Amino acid sequence: MADGSIGLWTVPLAVFGGAIRVSTPFLFVSLGECITERSGRINLGLEGTLVMGAMSAYGISYLSGSPWLGVLAAGVTGALLGALHAGICSLPRVNDIAVGIALMLFGTGLAFYLGKPLIEPTAPRLPAIDFGWWSDIPQVRAALRINVMFLIGVALAPILYWAFRTTRWGLLIRTVGESSDAARAMGHSVLLIRLRATMVGGFLAGIGGSFLSLFYPGSWNEGLSSGQGITAVALVIFARWDPMLCLWASLAFGGAAALGPALQSVGVTSGYHLFNAAPYILTLAIMIITCSPKRTLTGAPAELSITR
Amino acid sequence: MTTEAADPLGAVGAVAPAADAGFLQRHGASIEYILIPGAALVGALAVFGIFVALFGKNPLDLYFYMYQGAFGTWFSWQNTLTRAAPLILTALCTALPAQLGMVIIGGEGALLIGALSATSAALALQGAPPLVMQIAMVCAGVIGGGLWIMLSGALRQYRGVNETISSLLLVYIALAILNHLVEGVMRDPASLNKPSTREIGAANMIGSIPGTDVHWGLVFGLVAAIAAYILIYHTVFGFAARVAGGNIRAAKIVGLGVNKLILTICFLAGGAAGLAGMVEVAAVQGRTNANLAAGYGFTGILVAFLARQNPLAIIPVAILLGGISASGGLLQRRLGLPDASVLVLQGIIFVFVLASDALYGRISFLKGKS
Repeated sequence: MADGSIGLWTVPLAVFGGAIRVSTPFLFVSLGECITERSGRINLGLEGTLVMGAMSAYGISYLSGSPWLGVLAAGVTGALLGALHAGICSLPRVNDIAVGIALMLFGTGLAFYLGKPLIEPTAPRLPAIDFGWWSDIPQVRAALRINVMFLIGVALAPILYWAFRTTRWGLLIRTVGESSDAARAMGHSVLLIRLRATMVGGFLAGIGGSFLSLFYPGSWNEGLSSGQGITAVALVIFARWDPMLCLWASLAFGGAAALGPALQSVGVTSGYHLFNAAPYILTLAIMIITCSPKRTLTGAPAELSITR
Repeated sequence: MTTEAADPLGAVGAVAPAADAGFLQRHGASIEYILIPGAALVGALAVFGIFVALFGKNPLDLYFYMYQGAFGTWFSWQNTLTRAAPLILTALCTALPAQLGMVIIGGEGALLIGALSATSAALALQGAPPLVMQIAMVCAGVIGGGLWIMLSGALRQYRGVNETISSLLLVYIALAILNHLVEGVMRDPASLNKPSTREIGAANMIGSIPGTDVHWGLVFGLVAAIAAYILIYHTVFGFAARVAGGNIRAAKIVGLGVNKLILTICFLAGGAAGLAGMVEVAAVQGRTNANLAAGYGFTGILVAFLARQNPLAIIPVAILLGGISASGGLLQRRLGLPDASVLVLQGIIFVFVLASDALYGRISFLKGKS
């Protein structure tokens, strides 16, 4: 057993390990989007933010030698893109969905442009914690090499859950998302609160991007993200804008996305591309099952344009 | 057009003659539709000029080479028009559902499925006369792409699934299906480095418009755009669609079959993008492979928004953006800009165009009142 021939057990093990590794960007983007959507705005541009985050993290990590500075840079880039989204959306009669599409194209284009010189060099990566030291089986050890970012993301979900329920900020964001009139009557600036919520959302999505380039897959190229950002946005909808459900949904997604590579590692190569599309098919299937034309979704912020 | 518009404006500002004020009252809105996107375009070009200046390139060189690469020579015109053809068709994929208030951004997926269906039809009919083959390819492309986007429309209507997200997810699913088939059952064993299907055969290609290197796909695009315009603005069906787009409840009260409207419009929209896929196969690539995912579907979204979802306006806008993408090669060679610079410029234009939405009805001198 110890020589690595653990047979078909490789698949569930690789799916488990993959779920943890692949879910991290989903987790950060969906938590970020959760904050933005709770404030009553949807930012479809997080796909672009994710790619920009990945590029800037890789670039800064390469230039400074510190991957953590890279993570910070990714967050700041994401926050700036969020500010751009919120800024344009605060103009009268501008549609937030359309602005999101524009920023998706803008973010990916800009990342490809600025990231051209970064495809060759190797930047320092984020470290991982070895939770598999007790095992002799290499697959187990590989599956249990867990990145700190994943742990931060997991911790963030209950913190956000608590913050939405009990803190002043959480309440304000929810008020703005449920009824901007009520918030305005209370003397709060709706646009300012949404600006902050979108910036924090962008910050988290950028960090999610840094994980892509600095840990897994762990390099910068133009095919790095193919729809993870948009899948994460859809994930928030069927997680019912609940940070804890976002966590579980992200894990399920990570597992689905890891299925293709896991099967490939045991020699099942037919249908590789279809298995790679599993997260998208899963998203669509869950949306079909959980949505309904008759009623608005439970838990949906009333001001959100996408659920009207 | 903008300069023509400027002259009566000056006159109104100064003396406000009754005739000119009347002219503005009648045409102020139309002038806005040209003036505001035009200004957004100029603003975007200016910002892009500053952007490349930050990288040490001369913006004036940039504009010169962009013009040269897009419209400077007959050769670049042909390149531009060849790229405009699929853009017109994919833009219709966003613009038609927009009449109903839907935001469909999955043109790329319908294009891929259309290409795949058209190739399958051609490979199944090997040996048939070219004309039969081409008609079959058009039908297969339109039906394949049409059903693909109709799925998004049906999911929205019957399950309440947001069409923007579902259509985008379907792009990635379409790409996976294409890769799966192209690397699997449909693979030509001779295509080693770049997995592809077998070729549809040179005799079955749709060829160029006589006297040019521009393929017939451009004519397909022009006909589709004009037909879409007539459908939306000059038929009862189009009127019903616009009523439903304006107020869905009112449409239901007056007894319009909203479900049928949405499914039909989505089918036509996807059919247009599927036709773009067929054109790319039958006029450019000759086979299906991953090269088809060249982003025409995504640029088409921008074309539709810049044209304010008007099928006729799509034609000049598609030529403009076809020109921008045609100039990418020259910018790369002469200025050393990466190929992604076209994407950056498209993104900037998109942002400017959306931000300019705030200006409609707010330019005081266009209201025709003094």
